[in-house]
Amino acid sequence: MNAIEVREVRKLYRRYSGRRQFATLKSAFLRGSVLRDLRPDEAFEALKNVSFDVPVGTTLGIIGCNGSGKSTLLKLIAGIGKPTAGTISVAGRVSALIELGAGFHPEISGRENVYINGMMLGLTKREIAKRFDEIVSFAGLEDFIEAPVKTYSSGMYVRLGFAVAINVEPDVLLVDEVLAVGDEAFTHKCLDRFAELRRLGRTVVLVTHSLDLVTRFCDSALWIDGGTVRAQGDPKRVIDAYLMDVAEGENEALERPKSQRPAPGSQDAPADMFQAAEGRWGSREAEITGVTFIGAGGSSTHLFQSGEAMEIRLQIRARQPLPDVVIGVGIFSLEGVCCYGTNTQIEGATGGALSGEGEVRFSIDRLDLVEGTYKLDVAVHRENGVPYDYHRLLHTFRVTSRVKEAGIYRPPHRWTFSGGIRVSGLP
Amino acid sequence: MLANFRQLLRYRPLVLSLVSRELSARYRGSVLGFFWSFVNPLLLLLIYTFVFTAVLPGARGSGLEPFSVFMFCGILPWTWFSSSLLESSTVLVSGGNLIKKVLFPAEVLPIVSVLAGLVHFCFGLPILAAFLVYYRVPLVPSDLLWLPLIVLIQLVLTTGIALIVSALTVHFRDVRDLLANLLTFWFFATPIIYPLSQAPPRLQFALGLNPFTHLAVSYQEVLFRAGPFTAWPRLLAVGGASLVVCWVGYWVFDRLRDTLAEGI
Repeated sequence: MNAIEVREVRKLYRRYSGRRQFATLKSAFLRGSVLRDLRPDEAFEALKNVSFDVPVGTTLGIIGCNGSGKSTLLKLIAGIGKPTAGTISVAGRVSALIELGAGFHPEISGRENVYINGMMLGLTKREIAKRFDEIVSFAGLEDFIEAPVKTYSSGMYVRLGFAVAINVEPDVLLVDEVLAVGDEAFTHKCLDRFAELRRLGRTVVLVTHSLDLVTRFCDSALWIDGGTVRAQGDPKRVIDAYLMDVAEGENEALERPKSQRPAPGSQDAPADMFQAAEGRWGSREAEITGVTFIGAGGSSTHLFQSGEAMEIRLQIRARQPLPDVVIGVGIFSLEGVCCYGTNTQIEGATGGALSGEGEVRFSIDRLDLVEGTYKLDVAVHRENGVPYDYHRLLHTFRVTSRVKEAGIYRPPHRWTFSGGIRVSGLP
Repeated sequence: MLANFRQLLRYRPLVLSLVSRELSARYRGSVLGFFWSFVNPLLLLLIYTFVFTAVLPGARGSGLEPFSVFMFCGILPWTWFSSSLLESSTVLVSGGNLIKKVLFPAEVLPIVSVLAGLVHFCFGLPILAAFLVYYRVPLVPSDLLWLPLIVLIQLVLTTGIALIVSALTVHFRDVRDLLANLLTFWFFATPIIYPLSQAPPRLQFALGLNPFTHLAVSYQEVLFRAGPFTAWPRLLAVGGASLVVCWVGYWVFDRLRDTLAEGI
């Protein structure tokens, strides 16, 4: 049985153009357009043909980037606003945690606000009286409940709002990214409460940016993008698809600045190489004409999984035959820390010559860096260090990882436990 | 529409709690507190008394002594009417957070404004009664039985207009300013600071089209004038019209309901 059924739902929002914004009663009457003004004319389609089911007793996580329509969808399920087309049916009492403490009146006491807020959410006075102590202790506001709400800190305000909403004991609980507000202890309390609701067979829909929460708590996930459902089902699979898409977007963003690279003017080499900002300098007797990153799949990318293979390809062209050539690469973190740097000379090359064109491939078998964005230095220079062409931090790539460790380097490793130590869940 | 109306009935306790919240929150932090409910109409009365005894002594109707009590009979219900409408014109916008974020029948908000006004009106009644006793105005007990009905009719009429005004203001913020001026005109187009009989005969017909005219006349006849209550046929007609206004108001509100959350 389904607790929520969403069928081919579309939602149009009226977009306010400059003219419409000033459409007032007078102009509406003058042009006889009262009714037309109330109809969406320049519409923004927030949801396009969305359909899905949420079976009773399951937890659904809705993910997607900002502006994708997640919150609109949640509001429609909550009954705040009607879909432009399509149907939504929800079985049982709904409680929506969309904005906590909406409707609190600052001048009156926490106690009175709990009653009024509870009634707004559909409880009777008697039900609230029965749960009052639980609500107050959940919010941790025993000492302040008689004080006017305007004296509360924002944390207290939100905690009280959450405590009321979650004690409505809904059949369907809708949560819109509200867990981010409380302190650690309160967040744990909330998660415990969700777990309890799940045990009781209640249905929970969670809109969140915390993918971790979705993997831990949700039976299924729904990925909304631009008002349409991109993927739904097993949380791990949906999240992977989502992350892949986000990464592709980032990849495109990384490729773009390449074209805005500073014009190949001949700058002077800075005094301290490691303090230097990005730029390009050198005599240009030899030039690096192209830098590409090749991923494990063999195609050009700017995005790598931690531990994957990476190949850096340099196209080099010399104006005249050069007898002493050293080629170097360096990887820097965004903070400017040199993660790794090497050149042919350091590694023992006794000579190097270049004439015409050529390609250098620098292959890394395992890119054991932690997640983050990195910058690349590439250079062709003389054996005495005088550069022909030095690219300083001009090339960017990104490393993603499923685990979020600290630091820069991720040595291949494993954990082994013996004796009375039990650790579960490690890959 | 009927389903929505039934749902509204289920929210009765909320409406009552919100009214009491309105009342207790309004004067919180002020020195006089609840006392303002009494002081406000008194001060207003003082102003009109000053105008009609010191500034324009000739403008007061004849045979209406004490004139201040006569005016008070009309001013008190008018204050309820006008303040409720002014408040309901802003109540949806200022309570926008509720409408956008909480599933809850929005018509509760203008209804609460009207009911809170009713409570203030009731606070004013003892003062009026004190005046009536002090000036020894002869009261006909059987006439007083009409009073609850008059109040009820005014409640229905005010609610209907408040529903229209509140929903329209969301889409056209002009309504608020328009309403403030309209209410000033409406006040003078109602026999409150003058008796209906003093208006020129031609105008009397026009004034008769104003529903509040009959309400004001009813209040005056029941509370102030000696003699039997003669305006009851008109009062009942206004009562019928008020029901229609209220129904239309609810219908308009219901039609605009789904656009409210986006319009705020």
